[in-house]
Amino acid sequence: MTAAMKETGNYQPYSYFQLMEVSLRELLVEKGVVTEAQVEATVEDIRNRTPERGARVVAHAWTNPQFKGKLLADGTKACEELGLDVPALKLVVVENTPAVHNMVVCTLCSCYPRMLLGLPPDWYKSRNYRSRAVREPRAVLSEFGLELSRKIKIRVHDSTADMRYLVLPMRPAGTEGWSEERLASIVTRDCMIGVAVPKLI
Amino acid sequence: MKAYPLGHIRTPFYIRGHSGIVERLCGAFGNPEELAQMRSGEPKQPLYRVRFLQKELWPDYRGSAEDVVEVEIFQHWLE
Repeated sequence: MTAAMKETGNYQPYSYFQLMEVSLRELLVEKGVVTEAQVEATVEDIRNRTPERGARVVAHAWTNPQFKGKLLADGTKACEELGLDVPALKLVVVENTPAVHNMVVCTLCSCYPRMLLGLPPDWYKSRNYRSRAVREPRAVLSEFGLELSRKIKIRVHDSTADMRYLVLPMRPAGTEGWSEERLASIVTRDCMIGVAVPKLI
Repeated sequence: MKAYPLGHIRTPFYIRGHSGIVERLCGAFGNPEELAQMRSGEPKQPLYRVRFLQKELWPDYRGSAEDVVEVEIFQHWLE
């Protein structure tokens, strides 16, 4: 029986999908389609994409109005300026204001700005979130602990085609004079999906 | 603008047949109907972001009358 060592240090049989992954990968390597090194490099690259990238973009926009302008006009180009390559997708950055709150969903599948936020959380891919975010966004937000006044308009972005969305949250009061690094530390993944707002820790 | 009630699978059901306002033209992108057949996707098609009022999509919508949802739709799926 093919087995793999789990994090517990014990060998356990592969699950169905693990076995499928290993078989397919070994076959592709054997046929010379890809090399083991290429697969490892790609996995490494995916692991390196974390929400800290997006937080860096937000913190920079908070401290640099000129950059913020560029980010809202052309997200992809502005990120390139920060050395963040966002290929094969067009990034649309949507800004929260005292009058408008933005949230992102992909009702058709799980489109997500992976280059800036990494892999999407499981709830983002769930049928529950995907179907309810467009129909009752306020109820969904309240389940995330975010109660918004009815005076604030909610703008839901359904990522159905080639665009990817990042929410630019409002900079909280009390962060005057903070460094970009410190600002970035309060910008969580959920803030950039639009199901949370940054809070002072 | 109005989406076809029948419509392409990538036009979400909840906006089919409803009217919205074009928020922006995103550019031209590979036609998904061609890409799905492993073809080149050419000629590229204009992609729009269309804004819909929530209260017009969901009769029982509870929220602000100004809440909206914005969806990307290709030009040839709009009418």
